Amino acid sequence: MSGVSVTKDAEDAAPAANDLVVLSNVNKHFGALHVLQDIDLTIARGEVVVVIGPSGSGKSTLCRTINRLETVDSGAISIDGKPLPQEGKELARLRADVGMVFQSFNLFAHKTVLENVMLGQIKVRKADKKAAEEKARTLLDRVGVGVQADKYPAQLSGGQQQRVAIARALAMDPKVMLFDEPTSALDPEMINEVLEVMQQLARDGMTMIVVTHEMGFARSAANRVVFMADGKIVEEAAPEQFFSNPRSDRAKDFLSKILHH
Amino acid sequence: MNVLLDNFPAFRDGFIGTVSITAVSSLIALVLGVVVAGFRVSPVPPLRYFGTAWVTLMRNTPLTLLFLIFFFVVPEILFPGMSPFVLGSLALGFYTSSFVCEAVRSGINTVPLGQAEAARSIGMTFAQTLQIVVLPQATRTVIPPLSSIFIALTKNSAIAGAFSNAELFGWQKLMSDKGYDIVPVFIWVAIGYLIITFTISGLFRLLERRMEVAR
Repeated sequence: MSGVSVTKDAEDAAPAANDLVVLSNVNKHFGALHVLQDIDLTIARGEVVVVIGPSGSGKSTLCRTINRLETVDSGAISIDGKPLPQEGKELARLRADVGMVFQSFNLFAHKTVLENVMLGQIKVRKADKKAAEEKARTLLDRVGVGVQADKYPAQLSGGQQQRVAIARALAMDPKVMLFDEPTSALDPEMINEVLEVMQQLARDGMTMIVVTHEMGFARSAANRVVFMADGKIVEEAAPEQFFSNPRSDRAKDFLSKILHH
Repeated sequence: MNVLLDNFPAFRDGFIGTVSITAVSSLIALVLGVVVAGFRVSPVPPLRYFGTAWVTLMRNTPLTLLFLIFFFVVPEILFPGMSPFVLGSLALGFYTSSFVCEAVRSGINTVPLGQAEAARSIGMTFAQTLQIVVLPQATRTVIPPLSSIFIALTKNSAIAGAFSNAELFGWQKLMSDKGYDIVPVFIWVAIGYLIITFTISGLFRLLERRMEVAR
C-alpha cells in the first residue's frame, strides 16, 4: 500500500472476503497526462462510496476502469475476488455483474424503453422473453417510468432517461453499480428524481460507487467520501467528517469553492 | 431490321445475365463488406490487420486485373472447373466488398461511442454489441453510399462480359460483329443498364424513407 491513508467505515472491521471491489496501485496515463496515480481503493459489500473532486482529477476515469471501459497501465483491479480479465467473453461476463450508469444516459436509441431494459437479460443472461419483460416492467415501475415503457428514449426527458438507464443496469442483478456523474447532464429540476432513485438503491443495500458533484447526495447517502485531485486520492473520510472538517488543504480549497455560493 | 426485335432472345439473355451477376455479386459484397467492417473495428489485432489488408488489396487493384487473376490464376491453383459466372461474381463481389466495408465503417463511426460502451457495460460481447446495437443504428447512414456502390457494381459487371459471361455489354459486341449500326445498339444497352440502376436507386430510396419513419 502507498502512503494514502485509508479511513474505513466506523462499523466495519472488514474481513477481506467482504471486499467487493479492490483497486491496488493502479496507474494510468493519457499520453503525457498521468490521470491515475497509485490508486488504492477498497469498496466493501453494501458500501456506498462517493467520489468527488475538481474536473480533470481522474474520478470518471477511475470509475470507468472498474469495469474496464478504460484499461490501466499498471496495478490490479479485482471484483468479488476475481481480477479483471482481458477483453473477451470472460470480461463480458464480469461486466454483466457491474452495472454502469453514464452521464449521457446512453440508452439504445433504436430500442424502446422496455426493450432497453429487456435486452441485456435476453442476450446476456439468456432469460426468456416473458420473464425478462415482467422484470423490466417491475424495474421501470420501481424507478417511476413504467408508463413510458413503449416510448423511444428520445421521447423522454433527461431525468426519465437516466432512471431508465438505472433500471437497465439493475435488470442484470449487478453486484455493484457504478455511477459516472449521473446527474451532470440533467436540468436542475430533474436531478432530484434521479437522486431519489439512487438513494433508495443505497437504502436497499446496493454497493455503489458514485462520481458526482451532488454534495447533498454525498452527505445523505454515502458511507464514505473519496476526494480526488490531480489523479490521486487525496482524502477518504466519512461524509460528516469530510464536509465539516476536511484534513487536506486541497479538499478545504475545493469545498470552499463549491459550498459558498 | 430493328436490332432489338431481330435479336431479342440474345438481348434478353444479356439483360438477365447482367441482373444475375449484379445480384449475386451484390450479395457477396454486402455480406463480406459488413463482416470485414466488423473486423476493421474489432478489438482483436489480427482481425483488424486482415480487414485493412483486404480493403487495401481489393480497393486498389484494377478490376480488370482482379478478373484476370480470378479467371486465369484462381482456377489453376485453387478450384479448377468453376463456371465463368461464379468466378465473375466472386471477382466483382470481392472488389466491391472493400467499398461496402468502408461505407459500413463510416456508418459505424457515426454511432455515438456511448452506445457501444453501454452495450459492453451490460455484458454484451463485441459481436453482440456490433450486431444488436451499433449496426442497426449505422444502417441509415450507410444506405445512400451503398446505393452508389451497387450502381457502380452494376456497371462494372460489363467487364465480366469480356470473360465469357453472357451479359448486356457483351450483346453490344455481338451486334456490332453482326454489322448492325452501333448507335442504336448502344442506346438499347444503355436503356438496359438504366432499368437496373434506376431500380436499385429506387429500392434504396424506399429503404431510406422507411428508416426515416422508424425513428
